[in-house]
Amino acid sequence: MNNTYEANRWKRVDDWDDRPLRLDKFAVEDPGNGFSAFKGKADPKPSIKLNAGKITSMDGVLAKNFDLIDAFIAKYHLDLDIAEEAMAIPSSELARKLVDMNVPRTELTRLAHGLTPAKLAETVAQLNAMEIAFAYSKMRARQSPGNQAHVTNAKDDPLQLAADAAIAVALGFDEIETTMRVARNSWSNALACCVGSSLGKSGTLFQCSSEEAEELEIGMAGFTSYAETVSIYGTESAFIDGDDTPWSKAWLTAAYASRGIKMRCTSGAAAELLMGFHEAKSLLYLEARCLCLQRGMGSQGTQNGGIDGAPLAGSMPGGVREIMAENLIAVWLDLECASGNDARHSESDMRVAAKILPYLIGGSDLICSGFGSILKYDNSFNPSSFNGEELEEFLVLQRDFEADGGLTTVEDTKALSLRKRAIDAISHVLQDLNLANTSPQMKQSVAVASGSNETESFTPRDVAIISEKIKTEGINVLDVIKSLHTGGFEQEADNLLFLVKLRVSGDYLQTSAIIRDARVLSAVNDPNNYTGPGTGYRPSEQRKKELADIREVLDRDEVLRTEALGEMAEMKAISYKLIGRAAADGPPNEVVVGISPAFGSKIFQTLAGHKLSSVLKALDDGITRGGAVMRLVKFWHTADTSFLGLSAARLSGSGIGIGLQAKGTAVIHHKSRLPHNNLELFSNAPITKLKHYETMGYNAARYCLKELPDPVMVATKGEALGARFHARVALIYAIETSMTKDNATPELLDFTFLKAQS
Amino acid sequence: MSEEKLNKKDFPIAETRPSKVKGKRGMALSELTMDSVLEGKVNLDDLQITPEALLQQAEIAKSVGRKTLSGNFERAAEMNKLLNSEVIEIYELLRPGRTESKSTLLHAAKKIRDKYQAEELAKFIEEAGDFYEKRGLFKKRF
Repeated sequence: MNNTYEANRWKRVDDWDDRPLRLDKFAVEDPGNGFSAFKGKADPKPSIKLNAGKITSMDGVLAKNFDLIDAFIAKYHLDLDIAEEAMAIPSSELARKLVDMNVPRTELTRLAHGLTPAKLAETVAQLNAMEIAFAYSKMRARQSPGNQAHVTNAKDDPLQLAADAAIAVALGFDEIETTMRVARNSWSNALACCVGSSLGKSGTLFQCSSEEAEELEIGMAGFTSYAETVSIYGTESAFIDGDDTPWSKAWLTAAYASRGIKMRCTSGAAAELLMGFHEAKSLLYLEARCLCLQRGMGSQGTQNGGIDGAPLAGSMPGGVREIMAENLIAVWLDLECASGNDARHSESDMRVAAKILPYLIGGSDLICSGFGSILKYDNSFNPSSFNGEELEEFLVLQRDFEADGGLTTVEDTKALSLRKRAIDAISHVLQDLNLANTSPQMKQSVAVASGSNETESFTPRDVAIISEKIKTEGINVLDVIKSLHTGGFEQEADNLLFLVKLRVSGDYLQTSAIIRDARVLSAVNDPNNYTGPGTGYRPSEQRKKELADIREVLDRDEVLRTEALGEMAEMKAISYKLIGRAAADGPPNEVVVGISPAFGSKIFQTLAGHKLSSVLKALDDGITRGGAVMRLVKFWHTADTSFLGLSAARLSGSGIGIGLQAKGTAVIHHKSRLPHNNLELFSNAPITKLKHYETMGYNAARYCLKELPDPVMVATKGEALGARFHARVALIYAIETSMTKDNATPELLDFTFLKAQS
Repeated sequence: MSEEKLNKKDFPIAETRPSKVKGKRGMALSELTMDSVLEGKVNLDDLQITPEALLQQAEIAKSVGRKTLSGNFERAAEMNKLLNSEVIEIYELLRPGRTESKSTLLHAAKKIRDKYQAEELAKFIEEAGDFYEKRGLFKKRF
């Protein structure tokens, strides 16, 4: 039925249905029901009215009708000394200033203090995606980009948390965030990550996302150094439904600072829509309100950009552009921006990669506000855009664009030794503080495990007991430091002491603070000074080398080493003997096979892995089957397949020749044809099988007999052969071309297949 | 302290003035060594930021155009004196529907004003009370 001419569906659509993309759900724009990225049905026009130094209306709402959010923004965000000046500038002009590299960042952040949410939203909405990306890069607060990791696991296992935290530090994450499967395990998770993150270097900031009051207590005990779970919403109803108000959240903001703990708020598109209180306003306008609130509260920064709402925002037309636009408002307001790219917004790897690109190349204070450094199923938040599975893809993207995403490759053996040391350290602390004992089997299983499915370690129930003990016995970070030190983990103890001492000065409370090389780096002492090419963040030569240094890269020596391994096998399979100049004196039933300079002397196998002797044997068998004889000639004047083939044909008594490169590319040629107008070509050496060579030999023989055989087709499955092989191809080909000599005469080769040839 | 106000050149203060940055019991940053930790001379209070340090950070924030961040540090400097339990109690009171009348908030404001001279925080709580009343937040949610 489906194959008849009356079929009602093109089968390509079935193919599309099978792609991961089609697991994503998309929604139509519906401004009345909150489904609009930029144009909500009830979005107000920007406005401000002042009277006697007081705001009488803002964005079309009279002061007496202000809800809690309007009231807080009017009181704490808007700078009335600037408001009238800033609001008088047309939004189109503000938009141009944002992308004008000659307008300094500081001038724009000054104006932002006087702009209402509707004005901010109206301005950034005028920029296309590229302009937003550029403006974001120019406007972000700290010059050096950074990144944040999630470190969690499905069992809340402290051994694995410590090991994974140590890996996250080694990878270069500036911040580590954990949370738990079972709420009461928070203290244990905090202690485990705290220990793990003390390995290798000092200063990786750490947070444990839990219930507001508990999170603060964990911070007060010294285990954590920052917090980012202070959620903000853009409508009053959503805010109250979230069990807070702008005043309670501002209280919490001050509370963290008062205890010397870095904090940022969190907000992201579509949270209000998910909670059912959208007021028919656009994602962007509501986010503008959230961000003005956060600046007003005096938060140094924000975790912003969709966050948990990213998948819903991504379902709308322009949703991803909106996420970029809200991030731009955040940095325009001079807030540190941990720019989302966490909750995975799509099942399509392409959509995910496309979304990260502007942040990777333009930089961000924290590119991901939760890069899953662990496997997807171990992520107790949600799978992230990038996870343990995709980590190397991120490293390669950094390398491709010479863009600093904050991460560095960790060499395998170093990774394993770090994991073992972290496990030893946490085991010692757990035992020393009478919290739990670990067995060698537990430790072993965690050290090598990629994820918690492979471990035989603590269960969530065991962890609840550990966690409860830490809390009730009042164990704090000083106990952990002492324990580490007495257990022989002196460097780790020092690193942890360094971290907790940061809270005494409060330096890392300033905007966009992270710790690099044991120094606080923030928007105060590392401000983004972008004013055009040559300014702003540029990776140093040293950093570029680190970005380039991924696992398993080929070089010429590596290729020669691999080939040398094949040499011995070839010596047992075939012997060659050069027997003098090859002349055009063969019989009319011969096929001359012309081989390249490195064939059998430097290179011993094709890209498909066939021994070159086997390829010659296959050709010989085919030529014989076709009723011709093979003559083997070594060419030195060229390594090009077409010219090898044509040169062979011109020496051939039949006028038919085969050109064969060491890497396996082969051609059948006729002496009277133009160089690139061959009879048959195997251009995809990596997928060419011995039977193809045999048939090529057979066909060549049939051409000698003036027949027209069916050309051999080497079927491809659509592999990206260039990606898989071209680095190797180029290195091999360079070896071939380095051996060529202009005008060198061809040499006749005698060859004998030996016993090892099968 | 009648010194000149700090600015971005003083940042980070842990580096520019290590002997002047002190924990809550007066122990200087430079005295917070591993030896003193191991000898049991250090407790959590020594790892606590002080109102002075918070006010210095407020000055630095203001010097680089961050008035609202500076305001938060000033509130934090007052809150620094409150007990952990008081911080969390008042936070709870400020959440929606925790009390049935404004007077609970006014009482909390008075308490910290009297006990800690936390004037900014007290005003902040009173202001919240006004707005909560206006927006009908004084009703039990659970």
